[in-house]
Amino acid sequence: MTEIRLPELALVALVGASSAGKSTFAARHFEPTEVLSSDFFRALVSDDESSLEATGDAFDSLFFVAGKRLARGRLTVVDATSVRPDDRRRLVDLARQHDVLPVAIVLDLPRAVLEARHAARPDRDFRPDVIGRQVSELRRTLRGLQKEGFRHVWVLRSGEAVDAAQVSRVPLYTNRQELSGPFDFIGDVHGCLPELRDLLAKLGYTLGEGHATPPPGRTAVFVGDLVDRGPDSAGTLRLVMNMIRSGAALCVPGNHDEKLKRALDGKAVKALHGLDGTLAQLEEAGPEFRAEVRAFLAGLVSHLVLDGGRVVVAHAGLPERYQGRASGRVRSFALYGDVDGSQDERGLPVRRDWAADYRGQAYVVYGHTPVAQPHWVNRTLNIDTGCAFGGALTALRYPEMELVSVPAHAQYAVPARPLAPAGPEPDGEGLDLAAFLKGGRIETRTFGGILVKEGERAAAIETFSRFGVDPRWAVYLPPTMSPVETSSRAGFLEHPAEAFAYFRGQGLSQVVCEEKHMGSRAVLVLARDEAAARTRFGVPEGAGSIFTRTGRPFFQPDWEADVLTRARAAVTTAGLWETLDTGWLVLDAEILPWSLKAGELIRGQYAAVGAAGNAALPASVTALEAAAARGVDVAGLLDRTRERAQDLRAYRDAYRAYVHRVEGPHDVQIRPFHLLASEGQVHTERDHLWHLETLGRLADADPLLFGRTAYRLVTLGPVSGGMGASEAEAAAWWEALTAAGGEGMVVKPLAFLDPDRRSLQPAVKVRGREYLRIIYGPEYTRPENLARLRTRALGAKRARALREFHLGLEALARFVDHAGTARVHESVLGVLALESDPVDARL
Amino acid sequence: MLLTLTTTPHPDRPFPATDLGFLLHKHPDRVLERELPFGRATVFYPQATPEVCTAALLLEVDPVALSRTTRPGEGAPLEPYVNDRPYAAGSFLAVALRDAFGTAMTGRSQERQALADTPLPLVAELPCVAARGPAGLPERLFGPLGYAVETGPIPLDPLFPEWGERPYVRLRVSGTVRLCDLLAHLYVLLPVLDGRKHYYLNEAEVEKLLRHGAGWLDTHPERDLIVGRFLRFRELVRQAEATFTPEASEEEAPRDPHPRLHDARLDRVAEVLKASGSARVLDLGCGEGKLLRRLVEVPSFRELVGVDVSARALELAADRLRLKERPELEGRVRLLHGSLAYRDSRLRGFDAAALVEVIEHLEPHRLDALTANVFGDARPRTVVITTPNREYNAVFAEKNRGEAAGMRHADHRFEWTRAEFRAWAGAAASESGYAVRFEDVGDVHAEYGPVTQMAVFTRGEEA
Repeated sequence: MTEIRLPELALVALVGASSAGKSTFAARHFEPTEVLSSDFFRALVSDDESSLEATGDAFDSLFFVAGKRLARGRLTVVDATSVRPDDRRRLVDLARQHDVLPVAIVLDLPRAVLEARHAARPDRDFRPDVIGRQVSELRRTLRGLQKEGFRHVWVLRSGEAVDAAQVSRVPLYTNRQELSGPFDFIGDVHGCLPELRDLLAKLGYTLGEGHATPPPGRTAVFVGDLVDRGPDSAGTLRLVMNMIRSGAALCVPGNHDEKLKRALDGKAVKALHGLDGTLAQLEEAGPEFRAEVRAFLAGLVSHLVLDGGRVVVAHAGLPERYQGRASGRVRSFALYGDVDGSQDERGLPVRRDWAADYRGQAYVVYGHTPVAQPHWVNRTLNIDTGCAFGGALTALRYPEMELVSVPAHAQYAVPARPLAPAGPEPDGEGLDLAAFLKGGRIETRTFGGILVKEGERAAAIETFSRFGVDPRWAVYLPPTMSPVETSSRAGFLEHPAEAFAYFRGQGLSQVVCEEKHMGSRAVLVLARDEAAARTRFGVPEGAGSIFTRTGRPFFQPDWEADVLTRARAAVTTAGLWETLDTGWLVLDAEILPWSLKAGELIRGQYAAVGAAGNAALPASVTALEAAAARGVDVAGLLDRTRERAQDLRAYRDAYRAYVHRVEGPHDVQIRPFHLLASEGQVHTERDHLWHLETLGRLADADPLLFGRTAYRLVTLGPVSGGMGASEAEAAAWWEALTAAGGEGMVVKPLAFLDPDRRSLQPAVKVRGREYLRIIYGPEYTRPENLARLRTRALGAKRARALREFHLGLEALARFVDHAGTARVHESVLGVLALESDPVDARL
Repeated sequence: MLLTLTTTPHPDRPFPATDLGFLLHKHPDRVLERELPFGRATVFYPQATPEVCTAALLLEVDPVALSRTTRPGEGAPLEPYVNDRPYAAGSFLAVALRDAFGTAMTGRSQERQALADTPLPLVAELPCVAARGPAGLPERLFGPLGYAVETGPIPLDPLFPEWGERPYVRLRVSGTVRLCDLLAHLYVLLPVLDGRKHYYLNEAEVEKLLRHGAGWLDTHPERDLIVGRFLRFRELVRQAEATFTPEASEEEAPRDPHPRLHDARLDRVAEVLKASGSARVLDLGCGEGKLLRRLVEVPSFRELVGVDVSARALELAADRLRLKERPELEGRVRLLHGSLAYRDSRLRGFDAAALVEVIEHLEPHRLDALTANVFGDARPRTVVITTPNREYNAVFAEKNRGEAAGMRHADHRFEWTRAEFRAWAGAAASESGYAVRFEDVGDVHAEYGPVTQMAVFTRGEEA
């Protein structure tokens, strides 16, 4: 019995003359969608499965579909005779094009059997000698199949063998998704055995002579280039090979390891770059060890896909399209990187920067090109810190994502060119404007794809590139917030009852009511120190940034520096760096007073309207009183004008409540209400009470700069029967708050994010009756005005609030995942883009 | 908003003050209400005696209707909910005036025609007028017509005196004039004072202005200002001006203080681009397309692409280049919305790029991105960059009698000295494999150097 162990991703050629039973075989061993048969495609294009005239079109279609399947990583079986080398060459080419293994299953049955079967099939209208020609063509070329490029060939020579054959699927060597770590990825060792032992010790490994035992559960993963340059390549090989043998380590090959293998294989290689030293050491170690090394190197697989596909290790990195694939091209990329032999105008090899364009979901850990400092670029990390050149040997602990380094004991070799600098990426690197401006969807993990149109994107680019902060700081922009549904209570446009009703209608039982601060929305990005900012944000200087909801700097530089220093000190005093185990925080906040940022608006619009009204209305009242005194009937108009004068006074009081003189940064007050993210976490799993309480510690630490946000936790009552006690208490609190000049409150679900309620508004605002005068005008409370203002459409505002909320969270999630500036920036620009679409500004 | 008209008969010309009612066609003891599209006007008399008579026009503007009406052709509301239109006299009051006192404005009176034809002592008072624009505007508008003009300040907010007193004033205009003339003057000049109009403007406005301006506007020293602000649109102004007496020929002062400088700069950049032998050229930060208009005339430039961050500027550029009317330019001239702060694959593969007075509009923290995008990614063979030389600003300051001039443009984020520009350009060139040379453009001061500095970058030859 033949056991056919198919690689799980392969292009399978079913080879055999007509009537050999290929289709029957395929139906028995493969899913119908896996099998592409030439007969089927003939029928598909011509309605006649035996139409030879349609063969060209049929194969074009078949190859098109096969290509799509392979690009998507689906095993594909081609059921065509494929008896001629030319036919098979096309299949091999297609497989290579998609970096999958071409394999062949050949049904080479005796001619007599085929002719008998053919005779029994009246639907075949070609002559039996066609079969004869096919059989002889196949026999003549069968031996060359391996040479043609098929990596495995199974030949079944009888009907019994065909019937008895078993087909199973085996994972590719590169597929080690079943291993979930935790891992310690270790950069290019290059024979630096002393440093390797230092590093393993620092990582908690127990070191023996020529062996190391990891802490329970952990596995070391070497990114290759174990040998050359350093003092003890043989010793390094011995240690690593022992670790692999005992299951303590995995390893992918580097270009130096590959070259050593070829040297050991007896191939002519130039013993440069330390290979001479390695060979000398191996010579000394004896033939037995050399044979072990040779076998070890021969068994290394180009790259490994680990932990359910979440992380990939390859010596020189690997783009997404090559991950989990197998071809010479994949191996070459994994060993040498993205070089195709071409040179730039300075005569240096063109090295396309695959990492800058990387968009894959899997993290890629690699080495090969020494860098001074590891730096995440789009979920890729180079951990070769040039130990042999006197740099350091670095490990990445996964999934902790911590870097652990030990310095080199000496400089063992001189680099051809200086190590690449720490390399913070230039702003917006990777974000290609041509692609960004095309429009389309931005994928979010919490809300799916969010459509952001071309024009909106252009507007965002215009705004951000002219006025925005350094994009590396802008890891988040806040969403707009919808007001509550309009109230029908006399004299009110907004009231808490509608907020409670909305959330109750959404099936919630608890909400949080937060005092709404009347200031200006701001995002604070705080880093523990400049070093932390440099490492994590890649910025050249500064330890934080404060920006507005459109990404503009909130303060002038000297004020920002002052506020940032005190804000970071408060975080330190409150112990949040330690509590959250982080070097940075992103806060969503309101900064007071309103007049700080809105001075121009207040003078040019709010105060101006107050001044004009205050000049006009009392004069009108005086004139009307004089007329009334003469006995002219102007009573109605006089009353109305007096009321309007009263409305105007109330309006002036309303805006004045938010105006405070600001002399310097010490008059600035921050009211944070969301602790959005810290290292490793977007804090959407914490409820709002956690956010408010944790941020309250900042107010305790620096009560001059920070303040607590007052709130009420409200249990929503039953659907019918008016407001429950908890709701009534909160409504009374709102009334007191707004009567005292407060803007109002924000009502939020207790949970920050509820994955099961995608369309749930993250918050609705309920603004105070007096505050709304500065939104809807001094006289909005007059019954004839209120009646008309009650019709307002919230749909567009709510849809936008929702989409901006999820785009903002996506930006943070990408940042937390080290997705790279470009990917974070895309989401942030998405928020800004949606804001460019005009929706009633008063909502 | 409120307007009062008061007459107090002079002993030389005796008549009962209450005859104002005959002239206005409104009985002093009655109240007249008029519904208007934007609110309600009421005419009443606070006082009416033979000695003194005051007519009041009170206009109540409906703010909700105003904010819920959209501009023709635009989605935006006419006014935000919080606006001064219900309180400050302007074009609304002018419309109400014509509606309430239309017959009086014609100068006809059934009962008192002789009085209507006679200049009378009249006072118009407005408790709140928006007076936007140059200082002393009320005096400049009403003074030449023979009125005594009094204005009283209105502080923006007495609690915050530092906010000042603009733009509103209390206005009192008095003189001995025919009532119809006073009404015509108010009708034309109130919207001019305010500088904003609430309604759609078309040719009918020209006719209104000429009718109500008849006999006084042509000779008014502020005629151009009045016409410009009343009609607002250049085409309408042009139509009106055709009817006026031509001004004594006076050289029109150039608007750009350094027009020749900018022309010189653009000419020089065009020459450098031509000399570079480039066929496909990028104008990065093309603005309204002044450089492109020069380049279009040179046939050796086979493909011209203008890029700007402002969508509005690109519309203007398309207009100026008359792209729509010149099909022969299609394929040769393209305009792209883009930003130098971002990598843009559409900009690759060009022979040359010009950045004329562009880099100084970028935040310093985006400059590294610009360098990477232009020299590292787009990589044209030739790059021409001009930027102001800050040192030369001292020359401007001297011309301004020593006043520190600050930056040359409000949107400039920085201006460089020669040394700063050279340091930046040198570093950008060496990092990216370009050679750079520098050139002075425009006037050159012995000490401060050129008014504009230019760098020409040439990419190293292919190995």
